[in-house]
Amino acid sequence: MPPAPSATASAAPVRAAPDPARRQAIGRGLFWAATALLLAAVLVQGLHSAGWTGVGFANWRPVLYAYVLWSVAVCASQVLRHGQQGQRALFVLPAFLFTLAVVVFPTVFGLFIAFSDWNLSSFTGRQFNGIDNFVAMLNDPYYWNAMGNMVIYVLAVLVQYAIAFGLALLLNAEIRARKFFRVAFLLPFMLSPVAVSWMIGKSLMEYRFGPLAQAARFLGWDSPAFFATPWVARASIIALDSWVSIPFIMILLLAGLQAMPKDIMEAARIDGATGWQSFWKITFPLMLPVSVTAIVLRIIFQLKLADIVINTTAGGPGGATDTVTSFIYREYRDRSNVGYGTMLAEFYFVLIVIFLTVLLALINRWMKRFPTT
Amino acid sequence: MATSLPNQNIAARKRPSRQAWGRVIVYALLLFWTFVSLFPVYWTVTTSFKVAADVTQGHLIPWVDFTPQWRGWRSLGLSPETIGQTSTVRDEFLKRFQNSVVISVGASFLAVALGSLAAYGLSRFQYRFGKLGNRDLAFFFLSQLILPPVVLAMPFLVLYRELALLDTRIGIILLYTLTVLPIVIWIMRDQFQSIPIELEEAAFIDGASIWGAFFRIILPIALPGMVAAFILSLVLCWNEYFFAALLTSTNANTLPVMLASQTGSQGVNWWSMAALATAAILPLAIVGILLERYLIKGLTAGAVK
Repeated sequence: MPPAPSATASAAPVRAAPDPARRQAIGRGLFWAATALLLAAVLVQGLHSAGWTGVGFANWRPVLYAYVLWSVAVCASQVLRHGQQGQRALFVLPAFLFTLAVVVFPTVFGLFIAFSDWNLSSFTGRQFNGIDNFVAMLNDPYYWNAMGNMVIYVLAVLVQYAIAFGLALLLNAEIRARKFFRVAFLLPFMLSPVAVSWMIGKSLMEYRFGPLAQAARFLGWDSPAFFATPWVARASIIALDSWVSIPFIMILLLAGLQAMPKDIMEAARIDGATGWQSFWKITFPLMLPVSVTAIVLRIIFQLKLADIVINTTAGGPGGATDTVTSFIYREYRDRSNVGYGTMLAEFYFVLIVIFLTVLLALINRWMKRFPTT
Repeated sequence: MATSLPNQNIAARKRPSRQAWGRVIVYALLLFWTFVSLFPVYWTVTTSFKVAADVTQGHLIPWVDFTPQWRGWRSLGLSPETIGQTSTVRDEFLKRFQNSVVISVGASFLAVALGSLAAYGLSRFQYRFGKLGNRDLAFFFLSQLILPPVVLAMPFLVLYRELALLDTRIGIILLYTLTVLPIVIWIMRDQFQSIPIELEEAAFIDGASIWGAFFRIILPIALPGMVAAFILSLVLCWNEYFFAALLTSTNANTLPVMLASQTGSQGVNWWSMAALATAAILPLAIVGILLERYLIKGLTAGAVK
């Protein structure tokens, strides 16, 4: 529960509260009453679901309502007790309380699940099994194979970035029908990856009748099986994913290009710089901050890559295209292995946090050395 | 493949200077990528009007090498002659479609409302919640972005079962709101930071309260940014598959789940899959075409500090 926020005033008039002491009392009373209600609801339902008392609700839903009520009371008591500062706090409080509610419980509970042997399809229910899941994870070749694939998929972001930069430059050039091209280039981003898995993965790339397979035959590839051998399958998945996500990087980069000061480019042209020179000496360095934002965002999204893999190859052939997410998805969905799957997920999460922390630290250091920024 | 004939003609008439060739290459590349971007969509839309023979023989252009038929749409119950009759497939489809609309619009709306307020607070005031300052708060919100869905999936499954929210729209809306909230805050914070603070100061002098100034002065200015955040959320929620597949079964599942369940079972019934895919992507394609400039504008503020 958040303690009283104190906001330093910017330029707001100070209004005298009608009866500060009474407002304080009402605010405090409201807060404690709501807290008591919430605790009572938790207590009643907790005892009920533990089987100790007969009194209780059919499910935990009333506790959720109590939490919502409590949140409203917290917001109201902030305003009553702290006036203007409370009103300022009211801006972040709803989002804060919401995120707190939906994130804190799952992460704590997730750790609890991760250290237990729990298969939804078995009747034994949840049993604590210490680090067994962790040991099993260390010896799971498919999990580490999926990790290895993630490295490849993340590296593919750099290729996507290069293509997206090229497209952004094209759109930023002096061209006719710019709006048409912009909409056309953006369209794939709007489409559902599941639909794309079918549209491209399952029909365009289909071995017998798919136009892409036909075109590949025409170009001299005798058996255009896009998902049969590991590297070809990986490349196909990357191609599918790129098709959907390049537009996202492209918009960010295009935004950066359009915000760039025009006179610098003009000056470079007058000084006789070639296109190539002015790109590497001016455009690229100026675009570095935007590029870093785009790449980091894309990497974050790429680490969640699953939809396309699940719906196109289901991880095959032999796990060659598996992402960590799609692997854990199958662990949940097909094997109902909740305990083990959650351990894999939590470990993956820790790795992601470490990876991104290191990555951001390296980027910060590297950006500082760069002369123009 | 795409060609750039008109431009080559122009270039041929003049003396092919360096610059002219440059333009030819630029337009060739533009047309090539337009082809790459649009062909799969074109293919899907046309395939929904094909019959088996057109699929196996690889016919591509309607009225030239195949006659469009309502085959795919009939299987969905959405062709002209079946639209009046009852159709279980259509009811199923419309139910999923409705779920998708309610869930994605609801989640985007909630995320934009919560996120905009938080972003405004973070961009204007100095907070201290115990030891947490503005930077920590912003980090707290934005860091939710890196949370992989697999971490949340199982705890949410258990939590929702206890809360009786499993397979309900409101449950999915709450979850989606959580996943897009960081992006909304990221976009909106930069939006608000780009609005000069003098505007509110003037409003305060005129006697407006903090919330009054926010609603009357700031909100109208920040509206394009909010539209951008809304569209981005809409795209992400409409297309989300992972949570929907795990947390819904019969009542609340969305179009991607329906699409995925049909993918395996249809074989070479491409026309019906194509019709379904077309219907699933059409709404966002329209939104994209109509509101694309807002998206670019909003992300401009987000990406360029």
